[in-house]
Amino acid sequence: MATTVAPELPPTLRESGQREVFCGLTSIVWLHRRMPDAFFLVVGSRTCAHLIQSAAGVMIFAEPRFGTAILGERDLAGLADANDELDRLVAQLLERRPEIRTLFLVGSCPSEVIKLDLAKAAERLNRQHGGQVRVLNYSGSGIETTFTQGEDGALQALIPLMPRSEELQLLIVGTLADAVEDRLVALFQKLGIERVASLPPRRSTELPSVGPGTQLLLAQPFLSGTARALINRGAELIRAPYPFGVEGSQAWMAAAAAACGIAPQAVAEVLDPLVERGRRALAPLRETLAGQRLFLLPDSQLEIPLARFLSRECGMELVEVGTPYLDRQLMAEELALLPPGTQISEGQHVDNQLARVHAARPDLVVCGLGLANPLEAEGMATKWSIELVFSPIHGIDQAADLAELFARPLRRRAALSFA
Amino acid sequence: MELTLWTYEGPPHVGAMRIAASMEGVHYVLHAPQGDTYADLLFTMIERRDRRPPVTYTTFQARDLGGDTAELVKRSITDAVERFAPEALLVGESCTAELIQDQPGALAAGMGFGDLPIVNLELPAYSKKENWGAAETLYQLVRSLLKPQLPPPGTPKPDPSRWRAEGRRPRVNLLGPSLLGFRCRDDVREITQLLASYGIDVAVVAPLGARPADLRRIPSADANVNLYPEVAATLCSWLERQFGMPCTATVPIGIGATVAFLRELHGLLGLELPAELVAAADGVCAAERRSRLPWYSRSVDSTYLTGKRVFIFGDATHAMAAARIASRELGFQVVGLGSYSRELAREVRAAAQELGLEALISDDYLAVEAAIAEAAPELVLGTQMERHSAKRLGIPCAVISTPLHVQDVPARTAPQMGWEGANVIFDSWVHPLMMGLEEHLIGMFRHDFEFVDGHRSHLGDGAPTQTSAQPAELAWSRDGEAELAKIPFFVRGKVRRNTEAFARERGLAVIDSEALYDAKAHFSR
Repeated sequence: MATTVAPELPPTLRESGQREVFCGLTSIVWLHRRMPDAFFLVVGSRTCAHLIQSAAGVMIFAEPRFGTAILGERDLAGLADANDELDRLVAQLLERRPEIRTLFLVGSCPSEVIKLDLAKAAERLNRQHGGQVRVLNYSGSGIETTFTQGEDGALQALIPLMPRSEELQLLIVGTLADAVEDRLVALFQKLGIERVASLPPRRSTELPSVGPGTQLLLAQPFLSGTARALINRGAELIRAPYPFGVEGSQAWMAAAAAACGIAPQAVAEVLDPLVERGRRALAPLRETLAGQRLFLLPDSQLEIPLARFLSRECGMELVEVGTPYLDRQLMAEELALLPPGTQISEGQHVDNQLARVHAARPDLVVCGLGLANPLEAEGMATKWSIELVFSPIHGIDQAADLAELFARPLRRRAALSFA
Repeated sequence: MELTLWTYEGPPHVGAMRIAASMEGVHYVLHAPQGDTYADLLFTMIERRDRRPPVTYTTFQARDLGGDTAELVKRSITDAVERFAPEALLVGESCTAELIQDQPGALAAGMGFGDLPIVNLELPAYSKKENWGAAETLYQLVRSLLKPQLPPPGTPKPDPSRWRAEGRRPRVNLLGPSLLGFRCRDDVREITQLLASYGIDVAVVAPLGARPADLRRIPSADANVNLYPEVAATLCSWLERQFGMPCTATVPIGIGATVAFLRELHGLLGLELPAELVAAADGVCAAERRSRLPWYSRSVDSTYLTGKRVFIFGDATHAMAAARIASRELGFQVVGLGSYSRELAREVRAAAQELGLEALISDDYLAVEAAIAEAAPELVLGTQMERHSAKRLGIPCAVISTPLHVQDVPARTAPQMGWEGANVIFDSWVHPLMMGLEEHLIGMFRHDFEFVDGHRSHLGDGAPTQTSAQPAELAWSRDGEAELAKIPFFVRGKVRRNTEAFARERGLAVIDSEALYDAKAHFSR
């Protein structure tokens, strides 16, 4: 990978005010699907329970693998009681759900504010239920985490349990759709990388190892804490753009291959035909997207890599690229690829930002579910950011599917006519 | 601490949002962390609203906690008042802010906004829920707007029939309809038309579509209609106490309830009861002909509805109404009745007792599902969650109550109340069931795998499957064959297989016409 050049970007617009972002609890929605033998128990309020079911639209499970221990007035009156109550509730849950192998106690805004120590609770519960289940904890609270940062917390909770190994391996970090993961692992093996592991794993108990031989490849851009913790365990971070789009995915795979000592010639042999096919698949979507003006509101933390893909490979014009927070280190390769003049905004003042949206009248706005219909009603097409974390969008083969997510709202607008 | 996998009701501040978002000119400043902004999607996605709910969240973060979160609250209030220029301001907090005790309502009161009515909402997030929060917010808002109009103690109650002396038509308020309520939009339209047809005007509808100025006109009406007790009961009883305004107790869902409601309202207003609302000697009241439900229910095709076992669960208002309609107007047998509305548990228990049942008062959907399985109903009337439970159990279901799903906000007008509401209810409860002759045939041949599957496809994957009979060496007598030949060709093969299965079960070697009729008797009910 070439060294990063300082991007010709205007100063980042830093905003503070009302944020319109989910909290980290939301990530439970995809984490529980990734690890079907784990249960996520939020220790929080009715609001937490209502948030998760509303964000996920969950009414389809007989018994979902997540729930909320709702704090009551009695729990607030005395923390000793709260701990006893939590123990009682976990015992009850484990009795009913003996198939659970890992129990995540997930901290929330109220549990953080009353300083309910879930790390201690996890320790205690591990003593009580050791053998049957492992109890871990992390915080998904909205006062500390946004939306996708919840995954960063959950993965960090798993890291101390990962066995140490100095074996050479490629460790892909960040939840991927199972099918996409299979495809990427197969490609890496085709490139000659023998040991490829994933975090989180599909079974919560089958954690990959980590150590000085580990090459760490981030599949998601929102895992700052996880990356740091794995580096502390000896892993080496591969610097690359993220695997969105043909270009990003190619660079991501090439960087991994280079880190694992694979000759560039061998990489080109495997990837070049895929790249060619990926570009062919993108071409018709580029026709829809090229020249369309895009405004990304801060939400999923995927905004910068997506902006890079949509501008460079799909020809979209970037009006503003919002991000909940900017980790310059993990975004360095992405920032370098953004077109000169791209306006990045960090944080949010939703009313001011919507005023800019109104002034700019972009063709497409990437935003949260709460804002989509109001913007559609004003004549702007929207793409919900939450769909991006549920859809298989990583990798060269998925580039066209990713572009389709943005092209469809535009095509739909064009397809509709009344009276 | 209580383990919750799914909840029927949100927290109380979501109830407050429902009131604010239902109205015009009201803004709600909510001291809450960023995650709480999820609630916007309830309105913009489920209700497909074309604008954000009028809510400003302070979205405080952990790093603010060490500093001055009260300052953040004040800044948010100032911004909201400047930006949105509300006619009334609600100020409150969600569960987390309740713990840090900034008292945003008290802060707002001291900020010098002059005449702007400010309502300090204290909604205990750790003990109350959404409907309570909605009821409390509506009550607090109206109370604060009507303060200047409070009659001094000892003022005689206004005469609800004063409209006569004032030379105008009687008028009432419709209280309780709100966003995220079940079919409120269409009920308001239906009830407004219904009342107009009896010469009664609607003064104020609240909160749906009202402005603060409209709420100030509430006392100008002769009586209140408590359309949704979950949301309006607190307000209605306060208006009765403070302003002497009488209030209806009947919710007009179903024919009997609509007639009872109209009689009650005529009584309250001192209106002469029109002949069509008076029961004739045969107990039939002419007004019921304004709905098709009574005739559809009496028509022969509906005979098969007789004694259908039905399980009912929802909010108290809709569950109790459904029990009455099911048992009296459709001839179903109610085998279970319950509600998640603890505030109205007493009423639900009484309604269940009338049907010889013990009410299920619970907000644990798994307990509700277990109760459904135990009661083995043929139809479930419930919330969207019971629709899923029923699907798993292979039982047809119609949705009668909140919590709201995008499907519960149909494009067409589909009220639950009044005459048209009864029509809608007939269709939406009966269609999930198998129809008339079709059911008769399926009943006879229901052990046949393909037949059952083909006709119950609307039940989805959860529909019970039955294995078809194995071919066997059974002899048909000549009269048996002859009888079989009389059966229409399109079901003959199935009758043959069912009859053979029956014969094998009974150890018959030869199937004659008697065996065929025995089999028919066995498979029919």
